Amino acid sequence: MAAVARVKVRRPGTGRVIGDRFVGRALRIYLPLLVMLVVTLFPFYWMAITSFKSASELFDFSVSPLWVREPTLDWYRHLFTQTNFPRWAFNTAIVAIASTLISLFCSILAGYSLARLRYRGADTIGWGIFFLPLTFVIRELHLFNNLWALILTYPTFLIPFCTWMLMGFFKGIPRELEEAALVDGATRIQAMVRIAIPLALPGILAAALFAFTLSWNEFLYALIFMNDSLVKTIPVGVTQELIHGDEFFWGELMAAALLGSVPVAVLYSFFVDYFVAGMTAGAVKG
Amino acid sequence: MASVTYEHVTKKFSTDTTAVDDLSLEIRDTEFMVLVGPSGCGKSTALRMLAGLEDITAGEIKIDDQVVNEMPPRDRDVAMVFQSYALYPHMSVFDNMGFGLKMRGSTRSEITSRVKEAGRILRLDQLLARKPRQLSGGQRQRVAVGRAIVRQPRVFLLDEPLSNLDAMLRVQTRIELQKMHQRLGTTFIYVTHDQVEAMTMGDRIAVMKDGVLQQVAPPREIYDQPVNMYVAGFIGSPRMNFLPVTISDHKAKASGLELNLPKAPGVEHGVLGIRPEHFLPNVSDADAAIDLKVEVLEVLGSDQYLYGKVGSDDLIVRVDPQLKVDIGDRVRLGLDMQRLHLFDAGTEKALF
Repeated sequence: MAAVARVKVRRPGTGRVIGDRFVGRALRIYLPLLVMLVVTLFPFYWMAITSFKSASELFDFSVSPLWVREPTLDWYRHLFTQTNFPRWAFNTAIVAIASTLISLFCSILAGYSLARLRYRGADTIGWGIFFLPLTFVIRELHLFNNLWALILTYPTFLIPFCTWMLMGFFKGIPRELEEAALVDGATRIQAMVRIAIPLALPGILAAALFAFTLSWNEFLYALIFMNDSLVKTIPVGVTQELIHGDEFFWGELMAAALLGSVPVAVLYSFFVDYFVAGMTAGAVKG
Repeated sequence: MASVTYEHVTKKFSTDTTAVDDLSLEIRDTEFMVLVGPSGCGKSTALRMLAGLEDITAGEIKIDDQVVNEMPPRDRDVAMVFQSYALYPHMSVFDNMGFGLKMRGSTRSEITSRVKEAGRILRLDQLLARKPRQLSGGQRQRVAVGRAIVRQPRVFLLDEPLSNLDAMLRVQTRIELQKMHQRLGTTFIYVTHDQVEAMTMGDRIAVMKDGVLQQVAPPREIYDQPVNMYVAGFIGSPRMNFLPVTISDHKAKASGLELNLPKAPGVEHGVLGIRPEHFLPNVSDADAAIDLKVEVLEVLGSDQYLYGKVGSDDLIVRVDPQLKVDIGDRVRLGLDMQRLHLFDAGTEKALF
């Protein structure tokens, strides 16, 4: 785009073009972008400033609510000392990491076999697993109030999605590479581990990120299976224990929400390229 | 070092697609065998069955005297060079070449010495640390060959290894592969659609069409005595001229010529085959001569080709480049009766 603008400038008698172009671009691209940015980021901003406001400032309607006058860490201190938040964060991390690992392991095997091996029904993926009566299963296994309940149920919705995504990735790797490995003396498993998996790494990372985010934020299963405060995850703990009836502990709520979104935000900012690649690859191949 | 035997081998991908149909072929120890044919003729499938990458629907493939139908690829001790080279993109040249040895449990020092040796032979010694994407097409091709030779396999399989190279490099690499074959003294099976590669490289050539083996013979014999019109037309460039003729006893009559055949073929409708290079500048026998009406000239420096008509039939003729010819001229040329072919118009089989 810059090159185009420069060419335009050299033309005599069209000096205004550069200005017009800039205004045009600003109107077409940057203005809508700015609006989007504000709409998207405003809730986060609101969350952040609320968590740093003192109790008196929070409910003082005589001043602008858009700025913090006297920032305080009271709510954070409170969150870590008066509630089970550290425990919830720990639980969430354990559950998210474990269910991601389990899902990845299964999905890599499933996605690879669906992409590479020929067997009856290899072209169809069943989604019926969604509708398993999971509550019944968890009760029979006596896993209520046990983190394993979540670690085992999250993969039921993570595996189909990750499998579908990874299948697309494995299909994108030339079959000949693995055939070369087979002739070179590798077994099918070695060909997968040494050739296909390293080459599908961007996809695997994207799938891992997706699985991690979904389990980190998951609410419904965690709400049903986890009643004891010590085994709750952040989404459930925060909404159940920082809201009493119609009484909202805004400061702690926002502090907890902010802390809860940090790991996901950090992961995304590191792996955003992989993530985009993963999504588009999946979309095209699907 | 090993011999390879195909015994009535058939490959069906589904009930109505047969890629290879009842192939029987014996490849001798240390032989350079070329499988040649147009795309889709089953030559690559035949090779892939030998490598163990495709199941065999019927028949048996043997390496030496051992049936390998059910043997996994890794146990067959063959090496393959793929058309796309199939280099492992995430590994260095060294690791690519050493992968097979590593999979077979060779020691690190053995891998290093064998890879270095192959690198020296293939002029890759400076490139061992590079990744495939940092190499040129020709270098990649050499790495693919290198990956095959470090293993010292019993049989080399090459699936169109030159078709991704530009014309000059292809000729050069062709010669290098032949030297490699002489140096290694290993059985080579080479798949190509290029009849020039087949003619120049093969100890013997197997011509395939639609999954069916047409003829196996040394290049000279394939050229001189093709068994049918397909082989006659496929080998040789420009391709052999075919003139439909009606035959009565010893006489064959085309639209623009009439000649006496050396013997009575016993069929009524035939096809006369004569290669562009088998016309004679001087007519000695009045019967074996044609009048060519020249329509197009191609002067290549070393050769001159005349495209024209005899009667109503198209004909290509190679003549001395010094011969002065213009478009529209009528040129009188002799036929080399020793080199004449006659095919049965119905079965397309060679009569002589």
